[in-house]
Amino acid sequence: MKFFITAILFFVTLAVNAQITISGKLTDNKNKPIRGASVTIVDSYDGTTTDSLGNFRFESTEIGEKFISATMSGYSEYKNKINIEKTNIIQNISIKELITELNAVVITVGSFEASDKKKGTVLSSLDIVTTAGANGDVQGALKTLPGTQQVGESEGLFVRGGSATESKIFIDGSLVNNFFYSSLPGLSTRGRFNPFLFKGTVFSTGGYSALYGQALSAALILESNDLPERTQADLSMSAIGIGGGIQKLTKNKKASWGVSYAYNNLTAAFAILKQNIDFFKVPQYHVADANFRIKTKGGGFLKYYGYLSGNQTGIRNADIDSLSLKNAFTVNNINTFQNLSWKENIGKGWKINTSISFSTNKDNILNELQDGNNVKQQFFAPAGYAGKNFSLQNTAEYAQARFVLDKKLAGINVIRFGSDYFYSNEKNAFTLFNGNRFDETVVDNLNAVFAETDLYITRNLALKAGSRLEYSSLMKKWNIAPRASIAYKFKDNSQMSFAYGIFYQNPERRYLPALNTDLKYSEATHYIFQYQRSSNARTFRTELFYKQYNDLFKTLPNTTGRAVAANNNGDGFAKGVEVFWRDKKTIKNLDYWISYSYLDTKRNYLNFPGSITPTFAAAHTTSFVAKKFVTEWKTGFNMSYSFATGRPYYNLVYDNTLNKNVIKEEGKTINYNSLSFSLNYLPNLGKPKAKTFAVWVLSVTNVLGQEQVFGYNFSGINNNKVPVLPPSKRFLFLGCFLSFGIDRTQDAINNNL
Amino acid sequence: MKKTIFTLVALVIAAVSFAQNQKYVAAMKKNIILMDSAFGKPDLFLGLANTFERIGTAEKSEWLPYYYASLCRINVGFMQKDMSLNDPLADASEVLLNKADSLMPNNSEISCAKSMIATLRMLVNAQQRFMQYGAVSEKALQAAMKQDTTNPRPYMLKGQTLKGTPEQFGGGCKVAKTFLQTAVDKFATFKPATELLPNWGEKYTMGLLKECE
Repeated sequence: MKFFITAILFFVTLAVNAQITISGKLTDNKNKPIRGASVTIVDSYDGTTTDSLGNFRFESTEIGEKFISATMSGYSEYKNKINIEKTNIIQNISIKELITELNAVVITVGSFEASDKKKGTVLSSLDIVTTAGANGDVQGALKTLPGTQQVGESEGLFVRGGSATESKIFIDGSLVNNFFYSSLPGLSTRGRFNPFLFKGTVFSTGGYSALYGQALSAALILESNDLPERTQADLSMSAIGIGGGIQKLTKNKKASWGVSYAYNNLTAAFAILKQNIDFFKVPQYHVADANFRIKTKGGGFLKYYGYLSGNQTGIRNADIDSLSLKNAFTVNNINTFQNLSWKENIGKGWKINTSISFSTNKDNILNELQDGNNVKQQFFAPAGYAGKNFSLQNTAEYAQARFVLDKKLAGINVIRFGSDYFYSNEKNAFTLFNGNRFDETVVDNLNAVFAETDLYITRNLALKAGSRLEYSSLMKKWNIAPRASIAYKFKDNSQMSFAYGIFYQNPERRYLPALNTDLKYSEATHYIFQYQRSSNARTFRTELFYKQYNDLFKTLPNTTGRAVAANNNGDGFAKGVEVFWRDKKTIKNLDYWISYSYLDTKRNYLNFPGSITPTFAAAHTTSFVAKKFVTEWKTGFNMSYSFATGRPYYNLVYDNTLNKNVIKEEGKTINYNSLSFSLNYLPNLGKPKAKTFAVWVLSVTNVLGQEQVFGYNFSGINNNKVPVLPPSKRFLFLGCFLSFGIDRTQDAINNNL
Repeated sequence: MKKTIFTLVALVIAAVSFAQNQKYVAAMKKNIILMDSAFGKPDLFLGLANTFERIGTAEKSEWLPYYYASLCRINVGFMQKDMSLNDPLADASEVLLNKADSLMPNNSEISCAKSMIATLRMLVNAQQRFMQYGAVSEKALQAAMKQDTTNPRPYMLKGQTLKGTPEQFGGGCKVAKTFLQTAVDKFATFKPATELLPNWGEKYTMGLLKECE
């Protein structure tokens, strides 16, 4: 018996000892050696790892027809038959480098992305809220990026010579019509939505994707959060109001829901900070929102967000046309926004992204001429005075349905297409001093279909090409908007890109209904060239752009004297160069960015007498933002400084002999300067057992109190000229944000490390 | 005669499988020992990772080759100078570890490796990723501590993470030391059931503890 075992073991060992050497060289399709790859006889122990020259050599005890494989991540797999007999084998192998999301060029031209996950982003989500001077408002942070203007007299994003209405804002694919609180004359209002609602922000200052439309200049694309990390309750108290909310994560961590409410009242703030405007109704805001998010079995998400707010403001200024009278403006606003979205992988490389949204907006505006005792003064003539007593009710309903289908093609190539339907019904009732009432309704049904593809020709060369087709029932016309961008990555990881696109837009609501029912869409063509070089801690990018405006709307007064769209005889251009530099490395623990924009733009639109630089365009704009967290003090210090050269202003008056507007006076405002600071103090930082997590925020905008003039208003009756100034030199904000029941230390580390 | 043939066949099978097993044990042992000398040499670890993966593919029912293959790649990640390159390594390690996990679910050692992979991902950009991957890493460590209360490695990893976290954020040597000491105590009594089972980290823990003295 023993003999047998010995014999068997002998043969087994013999078999083990019959070794054949297999060697060769592993290269890629460009004949470059691949090191560190695994070369194996499949299902055996035999194999090795290639050396720095791609060479491999190993001995095999296998015999007969086997498979040899070579594997390396990022490369195609090689597997082939090999006949192992008595002689040594030399086999050279070539495998192809795959284009993956990790090594491929990312098209970044025209857009700034703030995200924590994707590569190629310039900002993180948190940058939006920790930028000094932004006061937690999305637009404030975006104004420190190149391409945007430091406009202080009205809200919105003025991008590359475009007006604020040329920038559209989307949440989870749905257009948000009233992203900002209702406009107040000469003041900039805040965005309605809490910046902490969003995990991703794409701010495109031009050449944006065919998935979006109806914006001549820019698109701000916001993506809402997925599930919260944990259940938490929040409470906030600040100089401007109180708020509270709860976000509940279900036990299985597959779903969450939340509600929050905030009440803001600026009485206390205005008592301390003297306002140069008489707020006879101090701004008050009630904001409530609710959401649920459900993670589906396939890893998709169903998300709902509902928002409701009511607010009122009343401001009183000296009337521009008289010495003794005052102009009192009151607005009451109720706004709702609801969005339900669903995204899902539906198999075989298909993804669906769909959403429906419904929103309403109601503004009740009352304007009165008042005397020194704030008593309403009624005039019947001249028209300039009489017309100042009026009321205006705007009611609007909007609905949108949208779907986008994504199909993954070979490699990481993608084709996506979809459709959008927008419905808008905007009514206004304008009541004159004499009780005459004018009712107008503007309804639009806008249908769009779009298709786009991301093609990777090599891993260093990518192309995004798409097109959007729209039909608006209001315009009764089709438009087709092609878009394309191409990016090339160099060996040193810097990249060069070019974008081109045509963009169309309907007239804004305030210039509707139009005098002429056969208007064309206004049109902009973008050409953008970008060079970008970025590493983990540093980003440099510069963009050169040219934008051609065609068919811009010109306005003429309608029967009630209101300026409305009359024809497409306007046009214009904008060109410029922008630079952005962000550095987190050179100075330890200091993160800073600098942006600079040069803009040359002229346009003839609305009531302009000819081609002039619009009042919202400064030639040079620059911002410097710095952030530093001092762990010993548990405090983050943020500063920002913005500078812009003066913007033009005009006194346009109607010349009855020429039958058009002429410039009676023009000039430039003084340069704009603003230095802002903010501190975040986290007292419970590093106390893992603290049940309450607090963040104290102190921020001061325009610390130095530098004089800011946003433009001038001119009297239509006398020669009065009044500068448009900020309501107060500085703004000071002090607030405390508390979270209960959970440890938010990690958030703080995340936020400030 | 029949019986003899039967016995013979059985013996041949037994002998072959014994030889096979012996081959497995010998190959594993050899490479596990090689791991000790590979520290600081990512190329060696990469080669070892490939070797373990080969053994894993050949021995489809063993979880250890995949575990070690994953661990070797994780080590390569921690040795990289440019942490921003960690993502593909973490992906590759995870694929291997998932194979081990499906062969040996709820294993404390595998949970430790999961925690390390999350840490690798976090280090790509700690500032932005702490919240997400810090939590994953911590959760995996908690699981590892529960799955095998005698295992010193979760305590070692916890101590290592705390040591690298600034004091103001609840880290630092002071807090790290208690975990490292627990790990050292557990190392003293920890005896793996077989010689192939993970038994690494004692020296490293001592080193960390020393740095904290």
